[in-house]
Amino acid sequence: MAVTQLVGSKIHRREDPRLITGHGHYVDDFTRQGTAFAAFVRSPYAHARVKSIDITDASKAPGVVGVYTARDFKGLLAGTHPAAPAFVAEKKYVPERFPIAEKEVTYQGEIVAAVLAENKSQAADAANMIQVDYEDLPAVMDLEKALEKGSPKAHLDGPDNVCWDFTYTGPEITEAAFKEADVVVTQRVLQNRLAPVPMEPRGVIADYEGFDQKLTIWMSSQNPHFIRLFVSGALGLKESQVRVISPDVGGGFGSKISPYPEDYLVPALSKISERPVKWTETRSESIQNATHGRGQFYDCEVAAKKDGTLLGMRVVQYVDVGAYHGTFGAFQPVACLMAGGAYKWKGISARTIGVLTNRVPTDPYRGAGRPEATHLVERMVDLVALELKMDPVEIRRKNFIQPKDFPFTQNFGLVVDSGDYDKALDKALDLVGYKDLVKKQAELRKQGRYMGIGFSTWIELCGFGPSAATAPATGGIALVESAQVRVTPTGSVIVYTGTHSHGQGHETTFPQIVADQLGVPYESVELRHGDTAEGTAFGYGTYGSRSLAVGGVAISRATGKVIDKGKKLAAHMLEAAEEDVVFEHGSFHVKGSPDKAKAFGEVAFASYGMNLPEGMEQGLEAVAYFDPPNLVWPFGTHIAVVEIDAETGSPLLTKYVAVDDCGNIINPMIVDGQIHGGIVQAIAQALYEEVVYDDETGQLRTGTMIDYMLPSANEIPPILLDKTITPSPTNELGVKGIGEAGTIAASAAVINAICDALSPLGIKHVDMPATPDKLWKMMKEAGK
Amino acid sequence: MKLKVATTVNGRRHEHEVEPRLLLVHYLRDNLGLTGTHIGCDTSQCGACTILVDGKAVKSCTMFAVQAEGRSLQTIEGMAKDGELHPIQQAFWDEHGLQCGYCTPGFIMAAAYLLEQNANPTEDEIRKGLEGNLCRCTGYVNIVKAVQTAAKTMSATPAKKATVTAGGN
Repeated sequence: MAVTQLVGSKIHRREDPRLITGHGHYVDDFTRQGTAFAAFVRSPYAHARVKSIDITDASKAPGVVGVYTARDFKGLLAGTHPAAPAFVAEKKYVPERFPIAEKEVTYQGEIVAAVLAENKSQAADAANMIQVDYEDLPAVMDLEKALEKGSPKAHLDGPDNVCWDFTYTGPEITEAAFKEADVVVTQRVLQNRLAPVPMEPRGVIADYEGFDQKLTIWMSSQNPHFIRLFVSGALGLKESQVRVISPDVGGGFGSKISPYPEDYLVPALSKISERPVKWTETRSESIQNATHGRGQFYDCEVAAKKDGTLLGMRVVQYVDVGAYHGTFGAFQPVACLMAGGAYKWKGISARTIGVLTNRVPTDPYRGAGRPEATHLVERMVDLVALELKMDPVEIRRKNFIQPKDFPFTQNFGLVVDSGDYDKALDKALDLVGYKDLVKKQAELRKQGRYMGIGFSTWIELCGFGPSAATAPATGGIALVESAQVRVTPTGSVIVYTGTHSHGQGHETTFPQIVADQLGVPYESVELRHGDTAEGTAFGYGTYGSRSLAVGGVAISRATGKVIDKGKKLAAHMLEAAEEDVVFEHGSFHVKGSPDKAKAFGEVAFASYGMNLPEGMEQGLEAVAYFDPPNLVWPFGTHIAVVEIDAETGSPLLTKYVAVDDCGNIINPMIVDGQIHGGIVQAIAQALYEEVVYDDETGQLRTGTMIDYMLPSANEIPPILLDKTITPSPTNELGVKGIGEAGTIAASAAVINAICDALSPLGIKHVDMPATPDKLWKMMKEAGK
Repeated sequence: MKLKVATTVNGRRHEHEVEPRLLLVHYLRDNLGLTGTHIGCDTSQCGACTILVDGKAVKSCTMFAVQAEGRSLQTIEGMAKDGELHPIQQAFWDEHGLQCGYCTPGFIMAAAYLLEQNANPTEDEIRKGLEGNLCRCTGYVNIVKAVQTAAKTMSATPAKKATVTAGGN
């Protein structure tokens, strides 16, 4: 694609004027005439039998339209919660899930009853009056205990607690590597369970019009077409009878991909009550019920030679699935396939075990599996370096996949399309001033101060994805992307994408691509998304850093089709052969005669007229689907500098630099914003956030923002960014995803810095979150 | 039982009879239709509902509507005047200080109060001053930058500053 004015430029975001003036359209911002408001009664127990539900008082409460329990939905909703195969083709036990529990509740927050009332206060009041009689059952909380014979079961009817136990490659594949080893390093690495916490909680408005048999749903989703597919199926409607609109969405981070119980129940309530129904999630409901991320641990061994050459790795991943299989919960094992990171290995063995517990289900959370892989391999490489007394920079350089090796087929058969890892590392070392930092560290150590420098030379696979890989993973639908480009008679352009923007700025960046390609003013190109009634038959949503690398390419291809048709028509208008017509700077002209030209707008207008070439239909629009030939592979180097207070154990991030490579850049301002946000989410995992449940009772102990520690501006250091640009050979735009990069890279850099800071005390490994009390205790213990 | 509440919001007088338990944020959103003030939590942590009450930044979920009796309120909808963005709004736009935009109105209102108290804050003072507001998208980097930029613009054009404290006219 030609380097032009718009692509690569900082263009102010189009979405901002409405958002900075308070005129956004989030789901809770509007209400249909005649709406009834829903409230849900949720289990206070992690695991219990539901003996009886008394709705007498609630039914008589002021303003109540109706009170409903599982029985009321039985005839209305069919099927079970979708559980995609994802990266685990064979499952041992996937519990059936109905959106509302009848006899057994299996996590705190599971819905047992619903209330409809004239306003939300009345709905909440009546919900409090419903009496549920529970019989408390043992809660399954610890992953290892859950796998023991005779353990209580997360579901009474289940055979055991094993959701999956899948071996990608057995330990035999690493035997030669371990035989050759001079050192073997072994470590268990934890991944704290996290709550995604988009600032806008979820919300659903459903309006079922019985006479038309049409259902419209407004909801806060990253994925409206998939929601239409799932919800129409459950309600026995055709997809064509259901319209899902996701207007402005206040962040997702993975938690708004999968369908939720309320996504089925609110439309069903609209059908039952013959009224529009609205439900807005509270933050406490959100932390308790929105899918969580991570919640894993890894047992890992690494074999290496004395000179630092990495040889083999053995990984066993334990995933806390939660009480039900999340729709894309089996995506997290991608961590196994990415465990080798940016390095060459003789052999890697990997096994994933998914364990059912009595917690809310886990599902993808920003990065999903790839932050875990980076954290694991970057920690293990540092442990090997520590063992060999090697500089962490040198061990990385020694083992990097080299530029000449690309395309590089890694241990699990994935083909890394491109990379130049040393280049990013060099740039980051310069930016952080590594040599001076090492000197400073030596001085501070003499003074008894604990300063550490931590690296993460991360890589990522994203841009899901090629049909051959993704159709089996979803159960049939390939995660390609669609686009439609429509040109109006006066030459303005409306672009429809199947991706969804909830902060990523698609309304700005995608028109940048189209306006450049068509050579038309940026202002004449509009982007639409998030409404299943517009655009192509199916859109695939936004997750896995796919919107540009898959959706952007689809848009570019649809635009190309428009140009192709325009060229045919222009040739006819110019009385020239089609192959003699050139399209440049928004104008079709005859090769060698720039004066013989038709502007794009003229051709657009003519396409709606009567003088068309024989056989050509009126209009100027096109649909394209892009099935990427491979995933894309961003990479970079992040360096964190931390000092730990010897008295309090408090870790202070003093510097953070990141050099990332996402290939060609459409809008650098937006790319930097994505990286900033991603880094801070991972710093939050490394230092602050953890969803904590009581080990015995399964009670959520971090159920509000008081207890779940989201960092504020005051906890976050300034962040310095730079780039290298290695265009991806996988698509013609040369782009890769950048939405998750920061989150994938940063936790390892922070924790490696902390471990480096504490290494003089003999501390080798620290798990997340590295809170002051945890570090203080470790330092006291080590000092004894 | 309902109680009367009379307020001035963005320069316009409003009178309603409301339940005493009605939170101010719900009053703004549901009774006045001012949906730019958002709700991001239920424990007064997130700051998405921050507005100005008699010129002071207040999380509007921490007040009952009836407590606003006789007060002058300013919400995000009252920040732009005569089709011109407030310098803080402009700075959030210029510096990419928002992504999903949900926390943004609260941040802009909190920043307005911060700059009213301290026209020329250091980066540290901005970070401390905004610690009552949470953002999940931006990592705060460009929010801090936006407030710095706004501070510069506003000290260059002091007239802009006055519109923030006037309670909106």
